[in-house]
Amino acid sequence: MSIFIDNSTTLLIQGITGRDGSFHARQMMEYGTRVVGGVTPGKGGQQFDGTVPIFNTVAQAVAATGANTSVIYVPPPFAADAMMEAAAAGVKLIVCITEGVPVLDMTRVYPYVKEMGARLLGPNCPGLITPGQSKVGIIPGRICKPGPVGVVSRSGTLTYEIVNLLTKAGIGQSTCVGIGGDPINGTNFIDALEAFEADPQTKVVAMMGEIGGTDEQEAAEFVRTRMTKPVVGFIAGQTAPPGRRMGHAGAIISGSAGTAAEKIEAFVAAGMGVAKRPMDFVELVKARL
Amino acid sequence: MNLHEYQAKEILRRHGVPIPDGEIATTADAAEALAAKYAVPVMVKAQVHVGGRGKAGGVKYCATPAIAREKAAAILGMDIKGLTVEKVLVTIAEDIGSEAYVGIIVDRATKKPVFMVSAAGGIDIEEVAASTPEKIRYHPVDPRYGLRVFEAMELGFFLYDDVKQARAAARIMQQLYAAFIESGCSLAEINPLVVTPTGKVVAVDGKMVIDDNELERLPAIEALRDDSSEDPSEVDARKANLTFIKLDGNVGCVVNGAGLAMATMDLVKYYGGEPANFLDIGGSSNPEKVVNALRIITADKNVKAILFNIFGGITRTDDVANGIVTATKANPLTVPIVIRLTGTNEELAMKILTENGFSASSDMDEAVQKAVALATGGAK
Repeated sequence: MSIFIDNSTTLLIQGITGRDGSFHARQMMEYGTRVVGGVTPGKGGQQFDGTVPIFNTVAQAVAATGANTSVIYVPPPFAADAMMEAAAAGVKLIVCITEGVPVLDMTRVYPYVKEMGARLLGPNCPGLITPGQSKVGIIPGRICKPGPVGVVSRSGTLTYEIVNLLTKAGIGQSTCVGIGGDPINGTNFIDALEAFEADPQTKVVAMMGEIGGTDEQEAAEFVRTRMTKPVVGFIAGQTAPPGRRMGHAGAIISGSAGTAAEKIEAFVAAGMGVAKRPMDFVELVKARL
Repeated sequence: MNLHEYQAKEILRRHGVPIPDGEIATTADAAEALAAKYAVPVMVKAQVHVGGRGKAGGVKYCATPAIAREKAAAILGMDIKGLTVEKVLVTIAEDIGSEAYVGIIVDRATKKPVFMVSAAGGIDIEEVAASTPEKIRYHPVDPRYGLRVFEAMELGFFLYDDVKQARAAARIMQQLYAAFIESGCSLAEINPLVVTPTGKVVAVDGKMVIDDNELERLPAIEALRDDSSEDPSEVDARKANLTFIKLDGNVGCVVNGAGLAMATMDLVKYYGGEPANFLDIGGSSNPEKVVNALRIITADKNVKAILFNIFGGITRTDDVANGIVTATKANPLTVPIVIRLTGTNEELAMKILTENGFSASSDMDEAVQKAVALATGGAK
């Protein structure tokens, strides 16, 4: 078991012929992901690497392949439309890797995708991986191994750091989910925690948050009231100066809401394990397995 | 990106918001001439990207052109929170009957643009929000409809009992919303929105923050950028496509990814050091980015040790290694460097570094401890 993706996932790649799209298409195929089609307007009828059919539109691709998932590697000005196109075509899981999507675009995308009954992950996220089964996005496959830990994070490389530490310590993962650092994203911590709680393979959840906003505090409240499985958390940005943007639009402290101290306090109050350093995850997770 | 008050006001004026006349002056002479032209009392206002300009003495009422000259001379060149004032806005001073606050932000919780309005506007609005939150009305806007007339009127009546004033405020809020959307803002506010003794509703100050992700498709807004209002090292970094924020510590950090960069800074602090900066070289790095990163970091004289922490996913660690070699050949380092690399092409990267006399490890915790020890002179 796992959450969101497994070996029944059939994937479309929007922007498959672009620089990033083609590179990661090959990485995903190598990992064993069932890539059933690609979408690049104007290249319909061609094949990617001689094996994957390319379509002009997502609707055509879905009709021909029955894909249930789509991953988006298109440039920021076109990403909002790409997400809505996937939702309109009936894709059930949409993963947007693109970084730099204007937040006002997301105020329109979010309600639409929801209305269409699709789940959106991202934008500005590394995607997700169910080790040994399927990878959608850019998380390096070789640092993961199948196991009992659910991982959910707002960051990319920090997730790799922690997953790598766990794997090296012999602790595998059920699914690793990068929800992305933008202020408006399709899937939040609570969505992932809820799914991990319901997933029989997952025994412990490792969660990496950042300063800014209140998602982590709300997640802590969810852990306290609704979860039976233990959760270990970490907050990046304890030394960040207030009011400064640290690359992620989300990492902005406004007023008192969203400081690292406040979030860690919420974790403690929820009975979660708190990692002070990335390496602390190993012992904290091990103790809860 | 922050806009100056005068830039925000120009945009709002174009959308029809009533704003007192005003123009920019860079000399005391020009300020005097503008005040003489308006022939009424004016405000002289420092144009810098910080809050609390008034409290710092950067905003003055001037009854005559001669006073405008004197105040402009004092304000131009003044240092406000580390920024030098190079421009002042000279604008007609309104008589103020009451001050309200009207602002819009993109709200993470509702995932919508949200209006915040309060009849208790002015310089202490943060204090109002903290101590008397009931004086602020929050109103999320469905972006598919925009701010509809009835919604705007509801907010207008929250501010004013008088129907004419409520209607004027409602119109201004719709205009503010249009400016907010068209300019790709993450924040737009009018503070204060003033009712004059004669009952006119006018915007006396305006602020806009543009979502950086919008700038590519809004060249006219990008053109409003004022490099002189930012730290020079941050301007340099932006031009090199690096995300950089200067801090006061002595461990220079070069990291890929914002989350890992923050976690690295936290770990520096955990082991008793102080990070000198936040620097994210981003995903698909090339050697050139590393060269620029090193140039920017070594320009900071506080830096006593440099720490690289790279987890290669999209980033190829051999690219980073090549960048380090190239940069240090051109400009030999005067401070020690600690390199941590792991992930994509790690073996190749290690080979490049070793051949060029660098040592590198693959353990983050170890590397951070070493960098802190070097920066603090081995005292720790």
